[in-house]
Amino acid sequence: MATGPVSETDPAPAAAAADGDDVLLRADNLVKYFPIKGTGLFREKEYVHAVDGVSLSIRRGQTFGIVGETGCGKSTLARCVARLYDVTAGRIVFDGRDITKLSQRTMRPLRREIQMIFQDPIGSLNPRRRVGSIIGDPFAIHKLAAGSDRKRRVQELMERVGLNPEHFNRFPAEFSGGQRQRIGVARALAFQPKLIICDEPVSALDVSVQAQVINLLADLQTDFGLTYIFIAHDLSVVRHVSNSIGVMYLGKVTEVAPAEELFTVPRHPYTGALLSAVPVPNPELSDQRQQIILAGDVPSPVAPPSGCRFHPRCPKAAPVCVAEDPPLEPRLGDGPEHPAACHLPMAEGENLADFRPSISAQERVVEVEGSLLPEGAEPEDIADALPARGEGGTP
Amino acid sequence: MSMPELRSAGTSEVLDETGEAAVSTKIEGRSPWRLAYERLRKDRAAKIALATILVIVLLAILAPVFAKILGHGPNQQFIDIGQNANGGPVPPSGTFWLGTDNNGRDLFVRILYGARISLLVGVLATGISVVLGVLFGLTAGYIGGFVDTVIARFIDVMLSIPFLILAISIAFISGASLWLVIGIIGVLSFTYPARIVRGQVISIKGREFVEAARALGAGPWRIMFVDILPNVMAQVIVYATLLIPLAIVAEASLSFLGVGVPPPTADWGSMINDASGWYQYGYWWFLLFPCLALLITTLAFNIFGDSVRDALDPRGAGIYV
Amino acid sequence: MIRFLLRRVGQSILVLFLSSLVVFGLFFVGPGPSQVARTFAGRLGTAARIAQIKHELHLDQPIYLQYSHWAWNLLHGNFGYDYYKGQSVSAVIAAAAPATISLVIGAAIIWIVYGVFTGVISAVRSRSLMDRALTASALFFFSIPTFVLGLSLIWIFAYKLSPVTTFFPFHGYVSITSDPGAWFQHLILPWFTLALVTAATYTRLTRSSMLEVLGEDYVRTARSKGMSENRLITRHALRAALTPVVTLAGLDIGTSLGGVIIVETLFGVTGLGWTVIQAINVQDEPVILGITILAAAFVVVANLIVDILYAVLDPRVRLY
Repeated sequence: MATGPVSETDPAPAAAAADGDDVLLRADNLVKYFPIKGTGLFREKEYVHAVDGVSLSIRRGQTFGIVGETGCGKSTLARCVARLYDVTAGRIVFDGRDITKLSQRTMRPLRREIQMIFQDPIGSLNPRRRVGSIIGDPFAIHKLAAGSDRKRRVQELMERVGLNPEHFNRFPAEFSGGQRQRIGVARALAFQPKLIICDEPVSALDVSVQAQVINLLADLQTDFGLTYIFIAHDLSVVRHVSNSIGVMYLGKVTEVAPAEELFTVPRHPYTGALLSAVPVPNPELSDQRQQIILAGDVPSPVAPPSGCRFHPRCPKAAPVCVAEDPPLEPRLGDGPEHPAACHLPMAEGENLADFRPSISAQERVVEVEGSLLPEGAEPEDIADALPARGEGGTP
Repeated sequence: MSMPELRSAGTSEVLDETGEAAVSTKIEGRSPWRLAYERLRKDRAAKIALATILVIVLLAILAPVFAKILGHGPNQQFIDIGQNANGGPVPPSGTFWLGTDNNGRDLFVRILYGARISLLVGVLATGISVVLGVLFGLTAGYIGGFVDTVIARFIDVMLSIPFLILAISIAFISGASLWLVIGIIGVLSFTYPARIVRGQVISIKGREFVEAARALGAGPWRIMFVDILPNVMAQVIVYATLLIPLAIVAEASLSFLGVGVPPPTADWGSMINDASGWYQYGYWWFLLFPCLALLITTLAFNIFGDSVRDALDPRGAGIYV
Repeated sequence: MIRFLLRRVGQSILVLFLSSLVVFGLFFVGPGPSQVARTFAGRLGTAARIAQIKHELHLDQPIYLQYSHWAWNLLHGNFGYDYYKGQSVSAVIAAAAPATISLVIGAAIIWIVYGVFTGVISAVRSRSLMDRALTASALFFFSIPTFVLGLSLIWIFAYKLSPVTTFFPFHGYVSITSDPGAWFQHLILPWFTLALVTAATYTRLTRSSMLEVLGEDYVRTARSKGMSENRLITRHALRAALTPVVTLAGLDIGTSLGGVIIVETLFGVTGLGWTVIQAINVQDEPVILGITILAAAFVVVANLIVDILYAVLDPRVRLY
């Protein structure tokens, strides 16, 4: 992870140089569908394809960034990995152990190793509890410390994240947004977990505060040897914190690459379009750029387009894109750490604005016929995999 | 497990950002409760109502003292001086401050003792009702699914059978007593707080801090009581303050119908029932004073309850009416 | 929508069934049946006579059989026969019902009209003297127990105001068919007793609902377009504000059977409430059961109607 203040020109170290090369977390073909309750008499179940076959592998000590638009499934993916949801299909392997189907009770001790930081600094903290009690929750739940011992540890944590330990008894409403995120960080840190999933941790903060929180996360990573999954919708933020970045669209990963390589040599047209929208400080450069404006609406995740999901909006769309869903593999001579899911990837120097799709609007198939279930998943699998009724889970 | 050396990690920036470097670090948290309390303090009607309640409580506690001072027990019948020639009550005088009832008993003392019953029933029955309501509401709301359906149907059944019929029948079968009355009113009215709590829980359980608690590995019971309950307590308290007068009226109604606390215990409802056969002959005090006592008590609690609700919900989300 | 309807109706049937179990269980647990048999037999009843009576009344059968007898009859409209006079309970109910209906409908008209009217005035002239007075009076009537109000009204109107006391007979009930004038006279005080207490809630509800609606943007727009205040209130705001009031009215009428017990007892109005109290006093089970299950059915049906109306008006509810 890039240390020091946020800068524009430092390339991040290549992913292979991260400490240790064993994989901490691996996801194989994760699928998460949410059923929509049928509204007609006919119980035709429809599903929201929130996550539709995502495979990742994340090395120890790394920061893996995930970007995508709202609705692409990144938050759902985070919660699946954290086992807050039961997955519909697929496998999650954490530290060599398959945690996909573990019951909530078996998961409990594992929760000390996987933690989450949430996006909404107001919503993720209980407004009616004091901050010391919130940060002390991990100790209380897992019976790790009590009384004055717990208080001392909580105050150590508060100091560590840059909060005044004397504010132990305050309520979340009395802190600023940035401070509230620090409280969330302190809470996640209590266990000294191996993996912290950050679900858009700075999206709700002012830009000036974002840098502080990001720096804090960087320091903590170095000190504690943390591995991060860093989810955001803002590419420029992700660029400076990640070793590798994955781009998601409509429930699938479209491209994965080491951070700088994604920006310099993007392969997938969607990545290209996203990059063209990133603000550039230099006004002259900015004027010279041509923004790629994607045509069409984002399709609904209930009935995703056939073939490559991006084809209705892709400037390079061709008939093969409608027919076949491109697999996620390296293209155009790239190495194994830079796969892309595209039949017509962008070569270096290509300008997306020069392209026009070679299929007409009518040819773009939007509905998928036939079964909406993933291959190999029996209907009983779905029933088992849906959020257990005892937990009050919400999609 | 020792922490690595303290880094600067932006501590000074934090203090600058909030501009609080100069403020004393011994500030206590200004909780939502504190803010509500501040609002309540400024409400004049609330203060009068609360003062009235406290006076009533005080009088109830001091009932035996008054009895001793006046030399009139609550069940003591003064046939000679307490009844007139026709066997009816005597009007207020120096001896009997509020007059007597048809059995020659001191009305003032009886009213004070009656306050004990009313307050006891009001508070205890409401307590039972709230505890049951919170338990059922939390469970139904958080766990959802089948458990919720079962509890919801159970509540529906209880609400469909008229309260008075149930109460009177139970009292008939088991014999009326104070504790039975408290139990009946408490158990039969848990449905109101249960519904409110359930609704609140359902809307709270989707919030992110509940998800965060689950991510920490908290089990459902801990989440219900440590995370959700504090957010529901405000509504529960408002409801409790409004339930107390309802319980008092329910008890008085049961006594009025003859199935409340058995005689000769002094009880406002049964006193009014007795008086209803006498007031038309001009014995107005016999009816008036217990009625006034009842009215003032319920008014005070209702006004206070309204003020508590306003203090806890100043924007008037208007959920309670 | 049809699925919602089916589910909701099924739910109601389930609740009614469960209620019947509870009601039946309650009245047949305890000393009721044995005492009844003994009472019938009289002081000279022998054990054999008591056993014979028990048999006639099916009281010696296991509970679930008794229940199924009763439920089966019920579904055919046969409420059984009362223990003491042998009348059919349905006849008893039919005789008592008009009184209760007269009482409830009359009171309902008064409380709805009065409650909504005062609520609207309160809201429109919010914070004025009128509003404060109306709110205070609503609070007063909300707090006063029904029987206290009833007794007070009787005292004032039937005893104290000498010239007109005879105008307010305060006891008994006369059916409308035999003497409309007397019917009306006998019901005035009961009507107002019931109505004033209930109206208080309506005043408060209408007031807060109205205030909320009047604060809405579309009302502000209409006002700025020059619509007269009266027209605004009656044609636009009222309709939106009245939804919760209508719901409450439906539910209140549904639970009215239980709610009139005190008023009927106090004023001697021989309606269903009065009848059930008499029945409880003598442990006349069939009558108690019949009226109670009728009351429960009323509540369940009223809830059902209100829910369906809501689903019709607000499609989001159907997502259940």
